Amino acid sequence: MISLENVHKAFGSKEILRGVDLHVARGESCVIIGGSGTGKSVMLKCILGLIKPDQGTIKVGGEDITATGDRDAFLARFGMLFQGAALFDSLPVWQNVAFRLLRGSLKRPKAEAREIAIEKLRRVGLGPDVADLFPAELSGGMQKRVGLARAIAADPEIIFFDEPTTGLDPIMAGVINELIREIVVEMGATAVTITHDMTSVRAIADKVAMLHRGKIRWFGPVAEMDSADDPYLKQFITGSAEGPIETLR
Amino acid sequence: MTALVTRPLAALGATVLAALASVGRVALFALSAFRHILTPPFYGREFLHALMTVGYLSLPVVGLTAIFTGGALALQIYAGGSRFSAEQVVPQIVALGVVRELGPVMVGLMMAARVTSSIAAEIATMKVTEQIDALVTLSTDPMKYLTAPRVFAGLVTVPLLVAVGDTIGVFGGWFVSTQSLGFNAATYLKNTVDFLEASDIISSLVKGAAFGVIATLMGCYFGMNSGRGAQGVGRATKSSVVAAAVLILAANFLLTQAFFTT
Repeated sequence: MISLENVHKAFGSKEILRGVDLHVARGESCVIIGGSGTGKSVMLKCILGLIKPDQGTIKVGGEDITATGDRDAFLARFGMLFQGAALFDSLPVWQNVAFRLLRGSLKRPKAEAREIAIEKLRRVGLGPDVADLFPAELSGGMQKRVGLARAIAADPEIIFFDEPTTGLDPIMAGVINELIREIVVEMGATAVTITHDMTSVRAIADKVAMLHRGKIRWFGPVAEMDSADDPYLKQFITGSAEGPIETLR
Repeated sequence: MTALVTRPLAALGATVLAALASVGRVALFALSAFRHILTPPFYGREFLHALMTVGYLSLPVVGLTAIFTGGALALQIYAGGSRFSAEQVVPQIVALGVVRELGPVMVGLMMAARVTSSIAAEIATMKVTEQIDALVTLSTDPMKYLTAPRVFAGLVTVPLLVAVGDTIGVFGGWFVSTQSLGFNAATYLKNTVDFLEASDIISSLVKGAAFGVIATLMGCYFGMNSGRGAQGVGRATKSSVVAAAVLILAANFLLTQAFFTT
């Protein structure tokens, strides 16, 4: 479904991606782990076309993303939950959720869009009373849920989750992890998640990819992660300060 | 020894190149904004919202600054004119000063202070909180959704604000002149109307349109190109206001030269 071959990206003299190769199959949930600044978010933005890679090819559904003519149709295949939810402050919750349904190629009548938004809010555990509130009136956990509802509003084929549990308490993080897993399975969507949270990895992933120094260091099923003998992966999943990954002290 | 000569030259060259690159980036941004204004899809709701924030909600500040400026101008012209017994030119000079220069410039600078800063801060905050990226992932072009409606609203509403500012400014001069300088109310108005020409009013409105575009464009440009964090938002806001104010004054000079020196 999503494949990256030898993808490179540098910002000035700073090389972020140094030849990333990754293949995510249709309907699979792939979690990308790695330290801060290893290029996880850059990789995700390259797939979405928000950042243009310097070298390499990225294909979605067998189609090279640089050759995509209809950008609107291409992006309509994706849903994304941003790290800080990235809700639009000026719009009420339901219009945030139904944003794609109120404009562009997927435009629906306002009443229908609102109905879908309320249904999606219900799916992420929020009542219709939240629909007319503004994002600033919601807690962090509720904002994440609204972000999740927005990501799934147009029933996308592919969903990206950028640090879905960052800033949440462990219980709320667990709730969000469960929701993500349920929704991905229920929709049959292909999911790519970026996270540092190993609880999330175990709850969400079918496959795990570890990004280190701009390359995929380890890739395999989540069940094999703990028994893998890669010292970098071991250090990361145990959260040890000792090991091959350089740490600042 | 050679380094002593080449280093300052290299630094000067780098500064000039950076300045030219900035001019180029702003010009390309402006072209892109106008292309998006003219091509669908159009976001009517965003445009109406921009009309309210850029135009309608700016009326109080424009009215207040205009009335005080018109009043002060009348006092200055009366005091200055009395040095050579020319106090009677107050209505004509107030009208000319307000309509040709002070009205549009004052409204332009108020736009830079009120509208440019607010647009830059809003868009920069959207950028640092990934709302701009979210727009793109939701198949919405930020230039079309954020920039085009604001710049078009600036183009449409600021000439109207200038017309309001000119009228209130002239009224401020009339009020001070009739209340404290002993002018006859009807004669003052007749002198004002008789003296003003269509070109004075047209130049005022054209300046308003140009300043409206500059004020909104600078807010959008610096907001979209903001750095990270609170500091990035602060810098974007400050730079947008400074750039807008300087460009408005420079454009005012060029437009005055184009309208009145040929």
